[in-house]
Amino acid sequence: MASSFQSQKRFTRMWNVITHCLLLAGTVLMVAPFVWMLSTSLKTEGNIFTPLPEWLPRQTFTYVVLDGVKTMVDTVVVENENGRSQVRIRGRAEAVDVPASAVVKETRIAPAWENYKEVVDTVPFFQGVRNTLLITLIGLIGGLFTTSLSAYAFAKLRFPGRDALFYAILGTMMIPGVVTMLPTFILFRQAGWINTFRPLIVPALFGGAWGIFLMRQHMKTIPDELEDASRIDGCNPFQTWWKLMMPLCKPVLATLGIFGFMGGWNDFMGPLIYLNDPSKFTLQLLLASFSSYYSTKTNLLMAGSMMSLIPVLVLFFAAQRYFVQGITLTGVKR
Amino acid sequence: MADGPVSRRSVKRGAMARREALWGYLFVTPPLLGFLIFGFIPILMSLALAFAKWDMFRPPRFAGVSNFARIGADEIVAKSFVNTLVFFIGVPIGMALSLLLALALNRKIRGINWYRAIYYLPAVSSMVAIALLWQWIFNPEKGLLNMELLKLGVKGPEWLQDPLWVKPALILMGVWGGLGPNLILFLAGLQGVPQSLYEAASIDGAKPWQQFLYVTWPMLTPTTFFISVMGAIGAFQYFGQIYIMTQGGPEHASTSYMFYLWQQAFTYYRMGYASALAWVLGIIIIGVTIVQFRVANRWVFYETV
Repeated sequence: MASSFQSQKRFTRMWNVITHCLLLAGTVLMVAPFVWMLSTSLKTEGNIFTPLPEWLPRQTFTYVVLDGVKTMVDTVVVENENGRSQVRIRGRAEAVDVPASAVVKETRIAPAWENYKEVVDTVPFFQGVRNTLLITLIGLIGGLFTTSLSAYAFAKLRFPGRDALFYAILGTMMIPGVVTMLPTFILFRQAGWINTFRPLIVPALFGGAWGIFLMRQHMKTIPDELEDASRIDGCNPFQTWWKLMMPLCKPVLATLGIFGFMGGWNDFMGPLIYLNDPSKFTLQLLLASFSSYYSTKTNLLMAGSMMSLIPVLVLFFAAQRYFVQGITLTGVKR
Repeated sequence: MADGPVSRRSVKRGAMARREALWGYLFVTPPLLGFLIFGFIPILMSLALAFAKWDMFRPPRFAGVSNFARIGADEIVAKSFVNTLVFFIGVPIGMALSLLLALALNRKIRGINWYRAIYYLPAVSSMVAIALLWQWIFNPEKGLLNMELLKLGVKGPEWLQDPLWVKPALILMGVWGGLGPNLILFLAGLQGVPQSLYEAASIDGAKPWQQFLYVTWPMLTPTTFFISVMGAIGAFQYFGQIYIMTQGGPEHASTSYMFYLWQQAFTYYRMGYASALAWVLGIIIIGVTIVQFRVANRWVFYETV
């Protein structure tokens, strides 16, 4: 008996080691592409094309050493002209004539933060951010309003046909988006809404089937007695919704809000269909369009991608438990 | 006389109920309108369009079933459908890997939240950024993948430019990106398995792998099925990555069904033909979803045991 217990213990320990190795290896594989993105985004153009992968960004700097004083050089104007060079020293407007031997090149690890500045300077990056935020937030806030109101009606109010209507709305989740995509495009085109934000905002304002389902489930768990008390206090259903239901629904609202924000921030196909004026581009559309513009400047492309990820990554780590909660709710289990 | 006040009260209650019903209808009007405008009307339009020829510039013409006949004769449709099915290979691979990871994380592992977050990272990142990143990783000369392969003495293929390697490349990227959500679903499934079943099994002398085979796996089949169906629905509509990374090439080797549909609609303005393509895909997806619902119903029965 004792030996079997011991062998089981040894077995468990062995498995724990294997498990940790597996998970760690997986973690490296998951994170490596992101680290590669970050590292590329901080490389200079000349430093991207090394024969072997370099994980740390290096830069080559040029200095002039005169009388033991090292000064950084911005550009070398003319090289090796009778053994002399013309260089433009940082902070000085005119070129300086120095012996070629005084010009020293030095390669060291240094992130090229200026890549990020260059992206922001050459493409309307912040305009893209503004457009994305405008579309996402208006749709999200309006959508949460209608979604929670109707979820409340479906969960707590009594009216004929309530459950049939609820299942009709749930049924819309069955319609594959691909079938309604083209006619919806044609409808909006007919309405003259192409190249405006309206096709991206207005449908969201009507509320989403998935959100209604999720919120109704949550509201069903709130005791009816609380609602009765609110009615006795003289609240009409709208006031009950606002004063009682909304505060009690904060976790669901947060979950839906976070997922809605992520969905809006990362949406690609919607803006691709409806927007064609670059000044109206969302961030994702901008990113995709400057991939051809920057096809040779991978470092800048990665800098742009990195910047587009930062807000969602911050949100993700700040609200991690809501993500996991939300994911579990979308699964087979409650 | 005695039922006077009673009837008056019931009248009052009736008025209250009516008022409540009015509020109710008011509250559910927006989603119902939304369903009508963005669900019901487009479905009818789409059905009509599938039997028409329309380039959006001249008025539509009735075309009978010619659009559907054309789908049957279109070699690229056949090719894109096969491609889409090949992309499906990623679904079971990704599921097996995420199940393995979920089993690992279900042991009392330190730092489980960290692991979960890290594996979930690609799922919260934007598809565009991820696609651009992998396009760079797959770069034949300077990409991370081939440079690492070179260290091992292997000369990597041209990935996205090679008709033979473009699908494995996209599958690899898809598996990487899909691990996190599947992992969390499996973990939820695993944590829902009653501990008493394991105790009973170990009293019966079941070894760990037998416990997996006869307890864990049967309890996980609904999750597995759910993930596989959702994965299939997603794979059917695989579009963005193709649009950004390969534009369907080379030689249509990465043209997904959805990408072809998109091209027909928004590059060639063949709205009728694209609608017919959409209906074929839509019916396939609905078929798959119906199977999913059936199995989900069976699962609800199991869960109450």
